[in-house]
Amino acid sequence: MKFSIVIQSSPFTSQSSSTALRFARTLITEGHELFRVFFYSDAVLTANALISPPQDEQSLPVEWQALASEHNLDLVVCIAAAVKRGVLDTNEQKRYEKNAQNLENRFELSGLGQLAEAIAVSDRVVTFGG
Amino acid sequence: MTLHLLNKTQQNTALIERMLSTLSDGDQILLIEDGVYNALPHSESWIDSKDLKQSTYALVCDIEARGLSSRIRTDIEQVDDKGFVRLSCEAEKVVSWF
Repeated sequence: MKFSIVIQSSPFTSQSSSTALRFARTLITEGHELFRVFFYSDAVLTANALISPPQDEQSLPVEWQALASEHNLDLVVCIAAAVKRGVLDTNEQKRYEKNAQNLENRFELSGLGQLAEAIAVSDRVVTFGG
Repeated sequence: MTLHLLNKTQQNTALIERMLSTLSDGDQILLIEDGVYNALPHSESWIDSKDLKQSTYALVCDIEARGLSSRIRTDIEQVDDKGFVRLSCEAEKVVSWF
């Protein structure tokens, strides 16, 4: 079955972003397809490559990146929500004349059209928020 | 049939009432994260007042993470992450309440 996941919660404020990661791992292990993960609202902070948690804590950017590399996942970050929160790729860095980019590898900034497409083509869309 | 995911405690009455108002016959509810507190024995539980114990599940790792294993209601089925995926597949859609 084809799944997409929508994450709306900040990586450290609530448990739901780590629940989403576990759900993603499990559905892949169970033989399902993960079409796209869409990071929306405060969840765009998950794509901040500068996040540096203590060594004994989970690093969501690194774990998503590893899962995406292993299974060739499409990790899409809402561009409007990301730029507003200071998560920039090279293009946006230039556009807004900032002195650094900080989008984690394997993540991509894009628009809500990617969410609409994911909803249209997936058998199930599961949202993690709050 | 819809699977409803609830990740908040029973103190969030407005949220739970909104969820309950959308339930159709045959819908299922999965309690995740802090939602598993709803599966503790309460004197005025919506699970009993709406007779939903047959269609309510609770995520076992979130029960264990909160040290609730010995206190959780035995008439509510516990599922692991594989069960979470299975319930999502069995439902036509998955709605999250948070």
